[in-house]
Amino acid sequence: MKNAVGRDIPDYLLADGKEVYQGKQYMDGKYLQKAAPRTRRYEKPQESKIVATLADALRQCGARDGMTFSFHHHLRNGDYVANMVMKAAIEDLGLKDLTIAATSLGEAHDPIADYIEEGKVIGIQTSGIRGRMGEVVSAGKLKTPAIIRSHGGRPRAIEAGEVHIDIAFVAAPTSDCVGNCRGIGGKSNCGSLGYAMTDAKYADHVVVVTDCLVDFPNFPASVEAIDVDAVVVVDSIGNPRKIASAAARISQNPRDLMMAENVAKVIASTPYFKEGFSFQTGVGGPSLAANLFLEKYMDQRGIKMGWAIGGICGPMVELLKKGKVGKVIDVQDFDLDAVNSINQTPGHYEMSASQYANPANKGAFVNKLDFVVLAALEIDTGFNVNVLTGSDGVLRGAPGGHPDTAAGSKCCIIVTPLVRGRMATVCEHVVTVTTPGDCVDVLVTDYGIAVNPLRPDLIQCLDEAGIPHVTIESLKEKAYSLVGTPDDLEWEDQVVAVLEARDGTILDVVRKIKPYTL
Amino acid sequence: MIRRPKPERFRLRRTMMFMNAQKPGLIKDAYIYGCDSIMLDLEDAVAENQKDAARFSLYHALTTIDYGNTEVIVRINGLDTPHWQEDIRVCVAGGADGIRIAKCESAKDVQTVEAAVEAAEKEFGVEVGRTLLMAALESPKGILNAYEICSASQRMFGVAISGGDFRKCMQTKFQPDGVDMLVARGQMLLAARAAGIQCFDTVFTNLDDEEGFRAEVLQNKAMGFDGKSLINPKQIRLVHEVFAPTEKEILQAEKIVRAFREQSKAGVGVFTVDGKMIDVAFIPGAERTLRLARACGMYEGDLV
Amino acid sequence: MEIQKPAVAGTLESSDAMVTVEPGEGIELSISSTVMNQYGRQIKATVLETLERLEVTSGRVTVVDKGALDCTLKARVECAVFRSCDASDANIPWGGAIR
Repeated sequence: MKNAVGRDIPDYLLADGKEVYQGKQYMDGKYLQKAAPRTRRYEKPQESKIVATLADALRQCGARDGMTFSFHHHLRNGDYVANMVMKAAIEDLGLKDLTIAATSLGEAHDPIADYIEEGKVIGIQTSGIRGRMGEVVSAGKLKTPAIIRSHGGRPRAIEAGEVHIDIAFVAAPTSDCVGNCRGIGGKSNCGSLGYAMTDAKYADHVVVVTDCLVDFPNFPASVEAIDVDAVVVVDSIGNPRKIASAAARISQNPRDLMMAENVAKVIASTPYFKEGFSFQTGVGGPSLAANLFLEKYMDQRGIKMGWAIGGICGPMVELLKKGKVGKVIDVQDFDLDAVNSINQTPGHYEMSASQYANPANKGAFVNKLDFVVLAALEIDTGFNVNVLTGSDGVLRGAPGGHPDTAAGSKCCIIVTPLVRGRMATVCEHVVTVTTPGDCVDVLVTDYGIAVNPLRPDLIQCLDEAGIPHVTIESLKEKAYSLVGTPDDLEWEDQVVAVLEARDGTILDVVRKIKPYTL
Repeated sequence: MIRRPKPERFRLRRTMMFMNAQKPGLIKDAYIYGCDSIMLDLEDAVAENQKDAARFSLYHALTTIDYGNTEVIVRINGLDTPHWQEDIRVCVAGGADGIRIAKCESAKDVQTVEAAVEAAEKEFGVEVGRTLLMAALESPKGILNAYEICSASQRMFGVAISGGDFRKCMQTKFQPDGVDMLVARGQMLLAARAAGIQCFDTVFTNLDDEEGFRAEVLQNKAMGFDGKSLINPKQIRLVHEVFAPTEKEILQAEKIVRAFREQSKAGVGVFTVDGKMIDVAFIPGAERTLRLARACGMYEGDLV
Repeated sequence: MEIQKPAVAGTLESSDAMVTVEPGEGIELSISSTVMNQYGRQIKATVLETLERLEVTSGRVTVVDKGALDCTLKARVECAVFRSCDASDANIPWGGAIR
């Protein structure tokens, strides 16, 4: 069945009331029955919840075949925890048919790809998938299609019981002996633990894994002991150098800077750019550099930013410290400046993924967002964005908060070079729709700016400010004239991943790619 | 195949950006940054054993990539190398707008290149005289012979100093106030103006020293240069800003040109604008100001 | 032209391609590319067309492509072939066999 973004969704996926994507805000006003976890009572006072090994923790939580384990990705590419847990479950306890429900998976989790190939891991639910995991899933080696959700869609699905987490694992830079966790104070600091919060509330069992045990009570706690079954102390939960870079530096690449400046120009031309405006930007080259140019326009107009959200890094913390932004609220920190600032710098707070982006709750932050600046692997002439699959059809990206912020914000700006090497970023049809075109407002490339025709008001803003813009079709033509029109990818029937829209409907599917050989 | 329009000998050349002709990722779209001219380099940027490969890349770049209004000039290898003749053949065959002669020291050097260019134009069926020339002065001898170099050929549109080599010859190094090259810059400017061609300053290599770069560009403008060679796109904006005329200059130029056209219809040769005496000698300057203003997006009228 | 000895042109940098030619029977072409699924056919066609224009009828040609545009692919193939004949430095038929 074709959905609202023109993607053909196989009927067999539309079981149990599952629907195809119908357009944004389709679920508005409907009621939702929240699921509740089945948790164990600990009436008898416990001096400590520390158990010797992960295997012991798994046994205590009743781990068995077919269970779903959840992980969060604040340790990013430095994460050791998911691998350690899966190894203990599969090699020590001999478990099989396991499902991983992670907030993101990357190169750090390459070893888990072996468990997929061996058939021990049969399900993957995640907001991002890269590295070998992406390759083996794309190659059709996972028994069931992977389910990809946005950062807001994931807590929605958990709260609705569509994902039932048997055991949630919290990678905690610090914990006390009963499981009050914080993201700072140890040797693997990551700052915010926002993605772990919903998991801890909705999982049947919660295991904290830490490499820095601190005195009770470890407060204020991001994940609280009231939800924790066991604490495991390990030598190291991650590689600090890969968890947070020293400082996210603003790109010096002239192409990035040129695009960033145009992003700031577009922002400054809209009526939303006024005292107290709200803003989120990604950490990619041109997105991050937009901070720099935006600050100039703020100074020129004599206005301040009200608040900023998102994954946060140094340049935004810098603005906060200079008093140019009122509050910064984040689910994740990308560099040491941000890690060392959260809950320390006045006005810098932590929030959960649900509070950040869940479309089914009663007021996520994204819904109050004026501007979001985002990257794209591909964007098509319908303004549909792909941030999940490469142009070769292989899973190597992350919807993350992209669809959530695009849908919630008043002005969503995509910034991307027109081509990358021989890949046309602006194209006829994206490989996978991860963010529907009706949520995307402006495209800024190194070859020009295009405004979504759904936004005549923004077109007028740009015209009045004298900012030149062209149609997205002409940008696509330009891209193809540079790199040649790509051949259509060839697919097999097998669906290797289902892409859920943030509201839980099916936005797209990724099939197994048929590689071209000479 | 892209056929570039016939090059204009005198056009706006505030910024000339160097690009290694051997790097496909760089040359494919260097025009997007808005420099006036791109300088595709076959000389210093290309390793000795890659000169051949660079020419093949250059030929296809010149004939495939639509550089639009951006001028495309190629820096060829020096006349003391085995490469320059084939460099000229590929430039002419590919349809480059102009050729920059490296290490030029005499009118004879220009004429040697010109003869090879003409031969290539005939060989490849290109209109004779189409390919423009400019010379880079890199030695004291080049500076001393600046006037004969500047006036050596009708193809010559400009002359540039190359600071790195020149400072080495002079046993000096970069000075923030420009005193190291003050005389050379001055001599070259005099020669270029006397010969009626354009004059360009050398590159500024320390990309982190924004203040130093600004100071040098301001000095360039004050001395009367037409433009500057650049090594990075991020330098373009400042040069364009500094070389832009002021609002007042534009208004003044507009008045002068308008008044001149009206008065000359009436047969009047000398007249006053805002109390200042104006005659035909003011017109080229005023028109240049308007063209510059148009390039900077500051003038939308129809006088130029 | 006849491929007389092994020769290489190009690099493994992004947007470039490294082309190796060696003497051999018939045309033996092998291509690996970062954009194989979308551009594999076009890369093959471009390389074969270029060889045909150079009148190369036999040789082993290996292309390791890192997302090069067609104009770069052509330049690399041509340079490798001319190098294999020690003819890459002068008197190139610009606009003739090279176009």
